[in-house]
Amino acid sequence: MRDLTLAMRRRTDVLTTLFFFIIVVSLFPLGAGTEKIILQKIAPGVAWVAALLASMLALERLFASDFADGTLEQMLLTPQPMFILVLGKVFAHWLLTGLPLVFIAPLVGLQYYLPNEAVGTMMLALLIGTPVLSLVGAIGAALTLGLRGGGILLSLLILPLYIPIMIYGAGVVSASAMGTTDLQAYFSILSGFLILALVLSPIATAAALRISVE
Amino acid sequence: MIPFFGWLTAILAIGGLYWGFFETPDTLSDQKQYYRIIYIHVGAAWMSMWLYIMMAAWALAGLVFQTRLSFMIASAIAPTGAIATFLALWTGAFWGKTSWGTWWDWDPRMTSELILLFLYMGYMALQSAIDDPRRADRAAALLALVGLVCVPIIFWSINCPNPNECAALHQTSKPGGGNMDPNILIAMLVVALAFWMYAFVAILMRVRNIILERERHTTWVNELNKLLEENK
Repeated sequence: MRDLTLAMRRRTDVLTTLFFFIIVVSLFPLGAGTEKIILQKIAPGVAWVAALLASMLALERLFASDFADGTLEQMLLTPQPMFILVLGKVFAHWLLTGLPLVFIAPLVGLQYYLPNEAVGTMMLALLIGTPVLSLVGAIGAALTLGLRGGGILLSLLILPLYIPIMIYGAGVVSASAMGTTDLQAYFSILSGFLILALVLSPIATAAALRISVE
Repeated sequence: MIPFFGWLTAILAIGGLYWGFFETPDTLSDQKQYYRIIYIHVGAAWMSMWLYIMMAAWALAGLVFQTRLSFMIASAIAPTGAIATFLALWTGAFWGKTSWGTWWDWDPRMTSELILLFLYMGYMALQSAIDDPRRADRAAALLALVGLVCVPIIFWSINCPNPNECAALHQTSKPGGGNMDPNILIAMLVVALAFWMYAFVAILMRVRNIILERERHTTWVNELNKLLEENK
């Protein structure tokens, strides 16, 4: 809750992430040409790569301010298990960076001439996929806490781990744009990733925080 | 131990390559001499994966038992593993050019090998970015473990990007060598063993350096220095 209040007071942070996503998505048509067929083909990949980058950029701030003013150490000392606090922080982070991307996804659909069903699929896929990005990214954010050049290092550590989510996230949108109706398998796998990340990531993040803070 | 494994490396590598070059047929179906890349390629690819598992295993041992030596071994394995991965990709590119007509293709195994290289790089980058060796060891160890959990998922997801039809795109390797000429198989296995021995040598030597570097303020290292100088 505290994170949410703080974020509402600094609204630009949230908007920056959102506009970063929009700008990256808008750059591709300018670079790759505005032909409808090409755009429809690359749309799912572009949207997901932009989502990965946007959520990764915001990750740096996940623990940084708490680490700077010592709140993090207090959190580690509380009687509550650390992974619950981590889960709370990651959830707040996702509400601020992941959820807006879900709602902005129709804009991508407009820019890339996607059919309506594909836009719906993309929103659902982003809804399931972006929490996984936040959860996995939290491990990296905790590991690189307070390091020189932490941001670029974070991308080196985390981006390879994002690959499966991107493959299926983009895959389901492509399939849907081509008119396939049997999307159950994609969503099952994405949800599977989410459950796996929900269980394992907070534990790993808590361990990483202990290593980083000590 | 180091000279022992060193000699074993030399003997196995020379023996295996000799066998591979002179005791095997000159052509393998439609591939001419090129298929001989297999001797290096397969060994390097096996080592790259095996070394990552070993690295993660030592990292886990370090995190569980809090032993410094385990972390040192894990961090000594990483460069050798990265080299093996790079070698597998590099020889694979040459082989791909001669047999498939392309340097690179987004084939599942190649992509996973590339991602493995990224993981090694991430491990080494994190290790070197943290000044405090204790924190560096433990943070990198945790990363290696997270990577280990993700590797099967990544491999599998690249292998089957469409969950409705999981067709393997790659040529399959059959256990037992399939219809491969037994001479080729023997040579390949011997060279792979040589790679393994080389890994032992390189890792043991690197661990020795890491230990000396980290313990440079202790008395036993200083005494070792004095001994060395007296012998000169």
